[in-house]
Amino acid sequence: MTETSYVQLLDLACGAFLLAAVLVLWRRELAVIVRVFALQGVALAGIVAVIAGHDGSAELGALAAGILALRAVLLPWLLRRALAGAGPARETRPLVNVAASLLAAAVLTMIAYAVSGPLVELAPSPATHAVPVGLTVVLIGFFVLVTRRRALSQVVGFLLVDNGITAIAFLTTAGVPLLVELGVSLDVLFAVLVLQILATRIRDTFGDADLDELQELHD
Amino acid sequence: MTTLLLVAPIALPALGVLAYAIAGWHRGRGFVGAGFVGAGFVGAGLVGAACAAGQLAAGIALAAVVGRPGAAAIAAGPLRADALSAYMLVVIGAVALLATAASPAYLRAELDAGRATPRTNRRYGMLVQAFLAAMALAVLAANLGVLWAAVEGTTIVTAFLVGQRRTRTALEAAWKYVVICSAGIALAFLGTVLLNFAAAHAPTRPGLDWAALATGAAGLDPGVTRIAVALLVVGFGTKAGLAPLHAWLPDAHSQAPAPVSALMSGVLLSVAFYAVLRIKVIADAALGIGFARTLLAVVALASLAVAASLLLAQRDYKRMLAYSSIEHMGLLALGAAAGSRLAIAAVLLHMLGHGLAKAVLFLGSGRILQTTGTSLIGEVSALAGRQPVLAASFGLGVAALVGFPPFSLFASELGIARAGFATGLGWVTTAALLLMLVIAAAMFGHTGRMLLGAAPAADGPAAPRAPAADGPALPRSPAAGGPATPRASVVDGPGAATTPPRLPAATAVPLLAGLVACAALGLAGGGVQQLLLHAADALLGAP
Repeated sequence: MTETSYVQLLDLACGAFLLAAVLVLWRRELAVIVRVFALQGVALAGIVAVIAGHDGSAELGALAAGILALRAVLLPWLLRRALAGAGPARETRPLVNVAASLLAAAVLTMIAYAVSGPLVELAPSPATHAVPVGLTVVLIGFFVLVTRRRALSQVVGFLLVDNGITAIAFLTTAGVPLLVELGVSLDVLFAVLVLQILATRIRDTFGDADLDELQELHD
Repeated sequence: MTTLLLVAPIALPALGVLAYAIAGWHRGRGFVGAGFVGAGFVGAGLVGAACAAGQLAAGIALAAVVGRPGAAAIAAGPLRADALSAYMLVVIGAVALLATAASPAYLRAELDAGRATPRTNRRYGMLVQAFLAAMALAVLAANLGVLWAAVEGTTIVTAFLVGQRRTRTALEAAWKYVVICSAGIALAFLGTVLLNFAAAHAPTRPGLDWAALATGAAGLDPGVTRIAVALLVVGFGTKAGLAPLHAWLPDAHSQAPAPVSALMSGVLLSVAFYAVLRIKVIADAALGIGFARTLLAVVALASLAVAASLLLAQRDYKRMLAYSSIEHMGLLALGAAAGSRLAIAAVLLHMLGHGLAKAVLFLGSGRILQTTGTSLIGEVSALAGRQPVLAASFGLGVAALVGFPPFSLFASELGIARAGFATGLGWVTTAALLLMLVIAAAMFGHTGRMLLGAAPAADGPAAPRAPAADGPALPRSPAAGGPATPRASVVDGPGAATTPPRLPAATAVPLLAGLVACAALGLAGGGVQQLLLHAADALLGAP
């Protein structure tokens, strides 16, 4: 892979990665959101695969395959299964409407670029120049987590945060140690499973899993 | 041999998980399990207490090996133990022993009241043991990544314990707990990734290994490290119940089963704070002493202010204890901000003292909830007359918590305050002391209303005050009937208990043991002090 095509491929994957996060903000149908999330998983695996091709690292290639399996197949499958039992599959009343959400995404992108200055300066390279994209996805994920009311949307927000962090991990240092990466993936998987089970139980107890109902505990 | 010591604190609870998975929670088999421990009373779940005791023993043995002056840390694979890790193991083991020893009586009462089944109790046993294993892994982890995974693991395991009762409130608490803690701990992971990035470009390439990071911290890029440290402190601070991401704590701690609340409040918060302590050392070496200190001082004051403002008008006693945990985590943050050798020693002593006192209080509050059927302070009154031993241990626990001698929290709070003034945090420490005064007044006010006051009408003259000479060893109230029907009123469900059953010995013993240990810790001199100072040295990298 030549240097130019490496940079182009990397930017393409990062662009798709960011676009998927923005699409999550744009669409309200939960089924579409889950599909977009799966696409983002593919883009993330693409980022890792491109870096693996550039570095000629077999270990990174294997990690890319693992990420594809976990984030583009397994997690979306779990989300879809949770969705199947849910009621109306739309984010009916987000706290912030779509137009304002998209504007917020633009602001978050600028914040991400402003904050990640020191990260790019430490080791300027095509990969680290893409770090702000990862940070933007993290911030968008938090935004979804805070402003969405459906249990499943919140889970997707949490997973966006996690995707963003994983992207940053690979863009900065070609990943954290393998043991840690494994532990992290397992933890994310379990966290989603736990949230799914809790969402089911909440639905059984409260009727519909609209988190506005969760207001009994307060001071 | 040393490797065995390293693995044992994690392996023992892991075996406990297996034991519960295989044997289940039947009284008979639990008794068989208890047979080889040599314990003499009937009761399920002694396996759990045995594992916790083993963990404590391993912690003490490790402390004896690595806690000597000049002793090197032991390392094996991803595990590493220095004096600080060993001390943290002792903290975990001590509180775990209290909580697991009190579990059988608690679960028995839940079972009798129809709020639990043998199946949920068995799952409870498995999850608690897995929780203990994850905490032991967190403090024995040789690197930041493994520590992170272990801390996130505790969230996953305890989520089901918080939501155990499956009521609306319990599920709400569990959901908030998982979402807020996972998001917070995700921040910590971002910080870990960035620290790894900074480490990869440092001259010594320390990776994420604690020891290598602490020695090579001076070579870390300040710009990146600053972002990483802020994320790590806020992230692990979330799990430690520090403001601003503390909102999950009062809900989760008030909804979890009492022994789990004791573990979560008593040790899980401290284990998360242990990560903050390690990070502070790296931050000080990489960025100078000011950055982490300012961050921690702000977080400390914010936590204390949150706790004080919400304790004043608190109506729920379990939430009162939860906010008190936020207060004490704020104090730990203040001590860490001071950061001197004595301050760290005081912080470590405070962790253990708070863990013991808070465990006693949560276990006691679980019993109060089971016998009175309400968690509102206003509806529990004249507890001293009806259940003298329980009331006495609750009152003493609160006294310990607000820092009365002889309990060890007196010494550690004094130590933290002195260190604060000595290291130029005078204003912050003064503000913290004022907030603590407010909190102490609020705690005493609420506790006083619970323990004293007029007895509810339903009790009437049928519940005469038990004579004080009854003594703590023999909790027996004349109104409670003979020992043959000790739990008669519990079966009727909460609220129906007009004459509360006597406190079972299996609950009374952990309560009193916790208080005695907390007081003994405050009175103990040399040995404990040496261990604390060695642990502080191990953290600060001093000889």
